[in-house]
Amino acid sequence: MFDFLRVLLRQGRRTLAFPGGAVELPERFRGLPVLDVNDCGAPQPLPSLLPSATSDGRPAIDVGACLFTPEEAACTAAGRVAYSRDYRLASSTRDGLIATSGEIERAQSLDAAARRLFGRSLRLRSVVAGSCGGCEAELVALGNVVFDLGRFGVQFVASPRHADGIVITGAFSRNMQGALAATYEATPPPRIVIAVGACAIAGGPFHGSSEVGHEALTGVPIDLYVPGCPPHPLTMLDGLLRLLGRLPAERTAQHV
Amino acid sequence: MNRLRDPGLRNRHAVALHALPDLPVDGFRNIVLDAVNAGWRLISFFGMPEAAVDTRLIAVLADDANGQLGAAMTVVEEAYPALTPDCPQAHAFEREIAEQCAVRPSGHPWLKPLRRHAPDHRPRHSSAQVLDPETYPFFRVEGEEVHEVAVGPVHAGIIEPGHFRFQAHGEEVLFLEIMLGYQHRGVETLLETVDPARAVLVAESIAGDTVIGHAGAHCGAIEALARSRKSPRAQSIRGIALELERLANHIGDLGAIAGDIAFQPAAAFFGRMRGECLNLLLTLSGNRYGRGLVRPGGVNFDLPPGMADEMAGRLHRLLDEIQPVARMMFSNGAVQARLEGVGAITREQCLESGFVGPVARSCEITRDVRHDHPYGIFRFVHIPVALAWGGDVHARAQVRWLEVQRSLEFVTEQLTALPRGELRVSCGALRPAELVVALQEGWRGEIVHAVVTDDSGAIRRHKVTDPSFHNWTALALALPGNQISDFPLCNKSFNLSYAGHDL
Repeated sequence: MFDFLRVLLRQGRRTLAFPGGAVELPERFRGLPVLDVNDCGAPQPLPSLLPSATSDGRPAIDVGACLFTPEEAACTAAGRVAYSRDYRLASSTRDGLIATSGEIERAQSLDAAARRLFGRSLRLRSVVAGSCGGCEAELVALGNVVFDLGRFGVQFVASPRHADGIVITGAFSRNMQGALAATYEATPPPRIVIAVGACAIAGGPFHGSSEVGHEALTGVPIDLYVPGCPPHPLTMLDGLLRLLGRLPAERTAQHV
Repeated sequence: MNRLRDPGLRNRHAVALHALPDLPVDGFRNIVLDAVNAGWRLISFFGMPEAAVDTRLIAVLADDANGQLGAAMTVVEEAYPALTPDCPQAHAFEREIAEQCAVRPSGHPWLKPLRRHAPDHRPRHSSAQVLDPETYPFFRVEGEEVHEVAVGPVHAGIIEPGHFRFQAHGEEVLFLEIMLGYQHRGVETLLETVDPARAVLVAESIAGDTVIGHAGAHCGAIEALARSRKSPRAQSIRGIALELERLANHIGDLGAIAGDIAFQPAAAFFGRMRGECLNLLLTLSGNRYGRGLVRPGGVNFDLPPGMADEMAGRLHRLLDEIQPVARMMFSNGAVQARLEGVGAITREQCLESGFVGPVARSCEITRDVRHDHPYGIFRFVHIPVALAWGGDVHARAQVRWLEVQRSLEFVTEQLTALPRGELRVSCGALRPAELVVALQEGWRGEIVHAVVTDDSGAIRRHKVTDPSFHNWTALALALPGNQISDFPLCNKSFNLSYAGHDL
């Protein structure tokens, strides 16, 4: 008994103050990619992240398709791509992730009715549809004592029947089509859908493979997109809290 | 055995394809079966298209005691006599060949789909299909009091998809059949077709918790084919990253095992400490899983003295914090009662089926690529092989704890004296018509990347074998005789990769 108390004292309280306090991520952390349109010399080909033209012809980066590799930070025909240390990457729309000069449209909260239902109690069902396992590992980390998702009233549950929404990771493999559709159908409305990771958003490292991209939820609206490969737990947490309208006022301003 | 040894195939040492024994099917079977009977281990066995209608089969064997590899080849058309009846180590490989190449291993005792997809490595002009991905005949036990329990693919927690079909009598499991393939993303085809800059990203993503393991094996194969020699500094940084990955996963597993027996304090503490290891990888590479670090020719990031000191300090604190937690857990009588004797496999089962990693080492089998086929930094620094006996959940937990301590020691030591050298050397064109086999001791066990180039030096075949490919069978063998409610505990004690298996 006393051994246990000694251990408990030594381990201490490790829960982050987030969303209070400052977030300090290491120097090499690759957060939001930013495009600087000034000429930087000869362009180099990028493996997957290509600044793409937006509809009005301005160069942009698709943060949803970004794999956050060092190689994607390079000189391109549209300018230099560099990573900031901004971990706040989640958006409410797919288009919101197409960033011109480093500005994505950060996630907005659900409407008032949904916030009344889910704002203080959100039960989520995880469905993995052709992933590498990385995003799930970070979703699991959200439940540890450091990030402590439970203190926000958010919890993962063991059945879609108990859930308010599903969290999808993975690139939509062929063999998971049926199970993904069935899980969504089994989740009683009102329900939300959250896509976590580059694979769920745009195929990730597997884009182009014939075995992925098998959409099981055509026409189903997605309420939150969380980019990353995998997204840092703080990126996931920031996205969830924005969705629920739980981020303190001074942090919800678009570019803060 | 000389015909196997002569070409001089070794871990990350490429040889000309034509130097390998190329035999008619009977000769091929004999050379492989004789080797296995003499103690060699079948570490890879795969097919690749040859001309319009044929399939070339390549079997790679390991003589662990002597640190040597060997390979033999044959060419078949639609079928060949299966090796599995005489060599159980081949059972999953032959199901894979049937599925990928549409070649029938006649006489295979249990020919069923493996990943449930259409053939993707079939000869150009073949339309054969040996297995139907939609038909999976589960083994059933008949009897009035026998019931069948199906679990998955979507599981209770946040975990990858897989299907488990139990035949149970009351609480007791009579049989467990595991059907996978839900995570199949077409990894091998991608590795064989995308440009090298993208291929390493695919390799990093084979199993997201084994980024360094798979990227290291992939790069090791490419570097061997390009005759590119990494600097000692790059080798050391890769070793540090590999061991940090091992630490993060083993500590996480100890926490998960504690969680499944409701020993919450250890579950909470180990869970946090796993994060400390991920944060060390984040400091080094900018990503908690080490993505972006390992590249052909070396590494992308340096470990300067200031960073090394800081990381060493954090590791020292980690060791200080983790020892009392492990002591608290392993000395607890209730924990022992819950872990001992549960989910046991035997040493004989490990040897017969070819299990690898901590699973094998928990049955006192000294099998560790860092020890048997040393590469990179492991040629100079020897980490003692961690063994336990009993083959049960307790033994697998003990092996992990031993490896945590040894990896902590290794990383701390490396951080105090990083060798000099370039971070990354150039990795040029690949030699044509060669075979290379790159082994890596990932944290789950032996990872194999076998790569064959064609006459122009392009990649002809990139065969990936994750340790889970072998070890899923261990879980199926461990359950019978146990309570079905112990399944989550047993599952976590093996902690196999669905994605690593499914590719």
